[in-house]
Amino acid sequence: MSLETFIQQLANGVSLGSLYALIAIGYTMVYGILRLINFAHSDIFMVGAYFAFFLITVFHLPWLLSAVLAIALTACVGMAIDRIAYRPVRNAPRISALITAVGVSFFLENLGLVTVGARPKPFERPELMARVVRIGPAAISGVSIWVPILSVGLVAILLYVVYRTRLGMAMRSVATDIDTTRLMGVNVDTVISYTFAIGSALAAAGGIMWACKYPQINPLMGIYPGWKAFTAAVIGGIGNITGAMIGGFLIGLIEIMAVAVFPALSGYRDGIIFGLLLVFLLVRPTGILGETLKEKV
Amino acid sequence: MGKYFYSVCKKHLNTLLTLIFVGFLFLVLRWADTHLDEFTLRIMRTGAVYIVAAVSYDLINGITGQFSLGPNGFMALGGYTVALLMLPLPQKAFVWFLQPQAWPFNSFSFPVTWYFFGLALVLSGVMGALGAFIVGIPSFRLRGDYLAIATFGFGEIIFVLANNLIPLTNGPLGMKGIPELANVYWCFGWAVIATLVVKNIANSSYGRAMKAVRDDEVAAEAMGVNVFRTKMLAFVVSGFFAGVAGGLLVPLITTISPTLFTFTMTFNLLIIIVLGGLGSITGSVITAFGFAIASELLRAVESPMQIGTIRIPGIAGMRMVVFAALLVLLMIFYRQGIFGQSELSWEWILSLPGKVVDKEVAKKWKRDETSS
Repeated sequence: MSLETFIQQLANGVSLGSLYALIAIGYTMVYGILRLINFAHSDIFMVGAYFAFFLITVFHLPWLLSAVLAIALTACVGMAIDRIAYRPVRNAPRISALITAVGVSFFLENLGLVTVGARPKPFERPELMARVVRIGPAAISGVSIWVPILSVGLVAILLYVVYRTRLGMAMRSVATDIDTTRLMGVNVDTVISYTFAIGSALAAAGGIMWACKYPQINPLMGIYPGWKAFTAAVIGGIGNITGAMIGGFLIGLIEIMAVAVFPALSGYRDGIIFGLLLVFLLVRPTGILGETLKEKV
Repeated sequence: MGKYFYSVCKKHLNTLLTLIFVGFLFLVLRWADTHLDEFTLRIMRTGAVYIVAAVSYDLINGITGQFSLGPNGFMALGGYTVALLMLPLPQKAFVWFLQPQAWPFNSFSFPVTWYFFGLALVLSGVMGALGAFIVGIPSFRLRGDYLAIATFGFGEIIFVLANNLIPLTNGPLGMKGIPELANVYWCFGWAVIATLVVKNIANSSYGRAMKAVRDDEVAAEAMGVNVFRTKMLAFVVSGFFAGVAGGLLVPLITTISPTLFTFTMTFNLLIIIVLGGLGSITGSVITAFGFAIASELLRAVESPMQIGTIRIPGIAGMRMVVFAALLVLLMIFYRQGIFGQSELSWEWILSLPGKVVDKEVAKKWKRDETSS
């Protein structure tokens, strides 16, 4: 592989990885607090991209405004899903909550197929993202540069919220012990609601940037990125935000590099990541940064 | 002698009634096979295959309480096993026209006879069990919901392999012209076997260990239950029957391609076992058969409707939206399903006439009281 292609693939892998990281954070936050795999998260990602698409092409709003509005709307969708579907089953056996999550995920996908149709729609991306930049010998698309920068910025804001604000303190507290937190006078339901809002907002941001990177959107676009991001969350250590980021970048790089080095493997791209998941579960189930969770009896 | 016969009958009443029921089912199938049209028979056979898959899925999800998303992967393993073994050699040469098929399947096929088909089905079950074994070991070493993602990942790996290993699976094109061997006897026979095996496991000491793991894993471990081995047993048996279900489905529809075993299959099974009541095997049996019928009837939702003078255009895919909404609503408002965790037992059925009589007598007394 020449240096040129290497730099290109590296940029490609980093930008893909940063998108996985953004989605993985939403999974890991909800899992950390509720011990729930939010299967619908990957479809919230899709909903975010569609909101942006409709705001841009139907309502003709400026690109940046549409993106911000879409992120806000998706955050509301995330909160609504928590309120309508997850809160009623919160005290039920855990398998009920998981089944509900699968149901919500399937509902969003199929509602998308019925309402907007299965045909992929072209996503309009801003000139900044479409432009090609030359770094040394390599030509790199603007997406590959801006996506990691924006992602890191969003994660910095998130880390500030989680570790420096009262809401963040409440979130960490709920993640540690939900009942004690309630006894301390924290409205746990509100905190969980905000967690879903933040996770969904990040997923929407990821969805919009994904649509910039691969400018075609369809109602099933969330499935694979979502599952790979969840894999990233597990590999990084589920429940750990920094771990989710590391896992995301790792998965993105491995996916791109494996295909770049062994082009014959391109058909097996998705299989490699899930195989990696099985290996990780076998060798290091707590993930890279994860610590052994103590079982509460 | 008469007294002895009576006591044996009474002791084994349930077994006897089950045998009578199976015999009766056989007679019904004999009649159906010759008198009913192809379309109805097809729905019946699909229903029976759903029973095999749903009962096995309920063993891991409902009785052991481990959330698996794997049946589609195991069914795919079983389906491809049967397809590769039963597809006649000339047809194989015809199907693999782009690339030659890989050894050993290019030079070898089972003769199309019923006993070789039975052997192929057992092998497809073994493949499913092997798949479950491979996924189970990494997943069950950990506590938590890792099984869900590991099984989903496994399903995706199978999908990717089926699409790409063209010398083995013929890729996205799949195979066609598989002999239509899965008649009503095979389908219902396996439905009966799966139900009986799973129900007997659930009632055995292994089954009680599984239920203990479901209700409280830590407490079960403290009571000396080997949690890992219990989960593995449930999962491997579940994988076996899922493989058989896949092996039955393929010679039923005579074609196979990777898209036959997508996540939608698992989703349908999930609705079936939730509606029937997680942990109720007879509940799964009844809803599985009902689901096969209902999903045919619900095609009406997708076709255009004429109500008076208003014409509603058909919306393709509406069925799945309805099913998904149904699943969420079931979880919120009707979590126990139709049967809860209880089973439809002979005792309960036998007590039914008594209950009806009691009710009528009570009603009569009440009437007499008010009239006098």
